[in-house]
This record gives sequence, C-alpha cells and structure tokens, in this order.
Amino acid sequence: MWTFFHKLGSPPWLYGISGSILRWLLPLTLLALATGLVWGLLFTAPDFRQGNSYRIIYIHVPAAVVALAGYYVMALAGAINLIWKMKMADVAMRSAAPIGAALTFIALVTGAIWGKPTWGTWWVWDARITSMLILLFLYLGVIALYEAFDNKEAAGKACAVLSLVGMVNIPIIYKSVDWWYSLHQPASIKFTGESSIDPSMLYPLLLMIGAFYALFTCCLLMNMRAELLSREARTNWVRKLALSGGRD
Amino acid sequence: MHPVRKQRLYLVLFLVVFSSAAIGLVAYALRGNINLFFSPADVAAGKAPVGQALRVGGMVVDGSVQRSDDSLVVRFEITDFQSTVPVVYEGILPDLFGEGQGAVASGELDALGVLQASEVLAKHDENYMPPEVADALEKSGFDHKGNAQ
Repeated sequence: MWTFFHKLGSPPWLYGISGSILRWLLPLTLLALATGLVWGLLFTAPDFRQGNSYRIIYIHVPAAVVALAGYYVMALAGAINLIWKMKMADVAMRSAAPIGAALTFIALVTGAIWGKPTWGTWWVWDARITSMLILLFLYLGVIALYEAFDNKEAAGKACAVLSLVGMVNIPIIYKSVDWWYSLHQPASIKFTGESSIDPSMLYPLLLMIGAFYALFTCCLLMNMRAELLSREARTNWVRKLALSGGRD
Repeated sequence: MHPVRKQRLYLVLFLVVFSSAAIGLVAYALRGNINLFFSPADVAAGKAPVGQALRVGGMVVDGSVQRSDDSLVVRFEITDFQSTVPVVYEGILPDLFGEGQGAVASGELDALGVLQASEVLAKHDENYMPPEVADALEKSGFDHKGNAQ
C-alpha cells in the first residue's frame, strides 16, 4: 500500500503508468462517447412534453455532474499537497482546474440553450444556475491564482486553500433545487427509489455520464503528463525520453 | 502519521468545516433572497412586496387560462393548492406553458392583488418519458407522476 503511494510520488513512474492507462482508456472513452451520443440523440423516444429538445440532457447533465465531481478531485489533490507536500498532487490539482472550468462552461451554455425553448429564457438567476456560475469562477480563480505566483510551492498552497474553501459550493449546487424555489426541477436520477426518467432514456444518460467521467480521467492524465514534462524538463528521464523519440 | 502532517491534516479539516459553517450561515440568513419566486401562499400571507418587481411561481390552475380574441393578453391563475394568485400577461407564452403545468410569472402586484406580469416562464417537472408511456399511463387512470386520477 505505502509503496504504491510512494511510487505515485515518482514522476517517471507516474508518466509511464499514465501512458499505459491512456493507451486503452482513451479509445474506450471515445467509443462510449460516440455510442452514448448516437443512442441518446437518434435511438431514444422524444419526451412526452418537451419533444426533441430534451435530448440536450445527454450533454448537459453529464458535463454538470463531472464538473462537480472534478472539483472534489481538485480539492482533494490540494489537501494531499497541503498535508503530505506531494508534488504529484499539486500537478493533479493544477491539471484538473482547466478541465473542470471547461465542463462547467459546457453545462452553463447547454443549459442556456435548453432553457430558451423549455422555460422561455436563456438565463435566470435561480439558485442552481447562480451557484454553477460561482463554480466556474472558482475554477477560473484557481487557474488565475496559480499563474499569479512565481513560486510554484506557494502557488500550490494558496490554490489548495482556495479550492478547499470553495468545496462548500458543491453540496449547495447539488441540493439547491430542494432547498430553495428554483426554475430547475428536482433531480430525475435517484440513488434510492425509482428514477423519474423512463428507463429507455435513463440508460443512454448513465452511459454518457460514465463516458464523461472517463473523458475527465483521460484529460486529467494527459494534462498531468504535459505538466510533468514541462516541470521535469531538465531531468535525466525526460532527456532519455526525448532522445528515444517519446516512447516510454 | 507524522505529528507535523497530523497537525496539517487538522488544519485542513478546520478550514473546510469552518468555511462551510460560515457560508452555510450566510446562505441561511439570505434564504429568502435565494428563492427565485414567492409561492401564492407567501403572497396571501403578505410576505410579497406590493408595487415592486417580484416573481410568483406555482401550478397554472386547470381551466383558468383565458386568451383575449384580439390581442396577446392572457389571464390565468397560479396556485400552490393553498392560495391562488391571478395573473395578467401580454406577450408570447413559452411552448411548455399550459394548464396544470408549473409556471413562474414576474411582474408587479397591483392594489387588487393581481400580478401584472412582464414575463412568464414555464417550469417543468423531473419526469421524462416517451409519449406512448405517458398515453398508456393516462389510459390506465394515472397521471404522469404515477398518481391515480
């Protein structure tokens, strides 16, 4: 157990293992994304009330779900960096922020596009949309704060504190539709009891959520590999890697 | 665990717990402002301001929608099954607007307690199903939420 933890702290080992994970995870992710999209957009029935416009759920919900989960990944990596001073956790935190920001942005934009034909408005300051916008600013804040420091160790610490403080926003986003009157409806996918979305529409949605989790993992690993190479550019293992033509 | 790391762990937990508590208290104090709309019961209880912009949300009462013949003026009533607020609106309603459906109207309450709406938004519930399933439910005497009619 602890040897695994110590190995995680070694850049060449992490670079190697992430490469071999990506080799099978990336094609699998693309396959799942393509299958989920085709299934959701072409082979499910239209909704009894919203017709075809509900199909944007297959992008909107997975992007939003993984944007929230990605924040936990970023904050957890920040906490590990604060407690154990692990450089790789800092790399993970820094790499997770732009992916989370992109997913949050996708969720906000697809939400606006969905809101116009169903609710009748692009934007309304309801609790969930506002807290999602705060999430986007938190992600962008972490990126900006990191870049504002010359000293990477101080940057890592400051960003870890920011992301830990911002973590309270995640349960707020999740529960906002139950705690306050909002334009969003309560959750359709329920962990206990029967979901209020028909099974024929639920399965492609679950596949898309899984695919977005996998996509997040792939992007995180690829970002981390790039970050590792740029941080360790002067070390022997990177030089060897470059001389061997990038094969590890 | 190393004592220094243990101390840092406590510091991180302290940070998370206390920032959550602080933000939780702020959200609790502002809970009235976070709500997007007032319910008709709030309006009846006098919690909603008169002569100021506000939103009222609830279900559109069955059979209450009256469209004008020569203009876009629509009259309907919004209910939360405790109280009802009459609404007057001039403009185009969203596609999902309908009797027995959720709606949020924004505007001003006049002296008679009628909401002079400048915008009406449709609210839909968390149920998604193919039209055939909705028809089948309807035929067997249930509504789309699975409640007996």
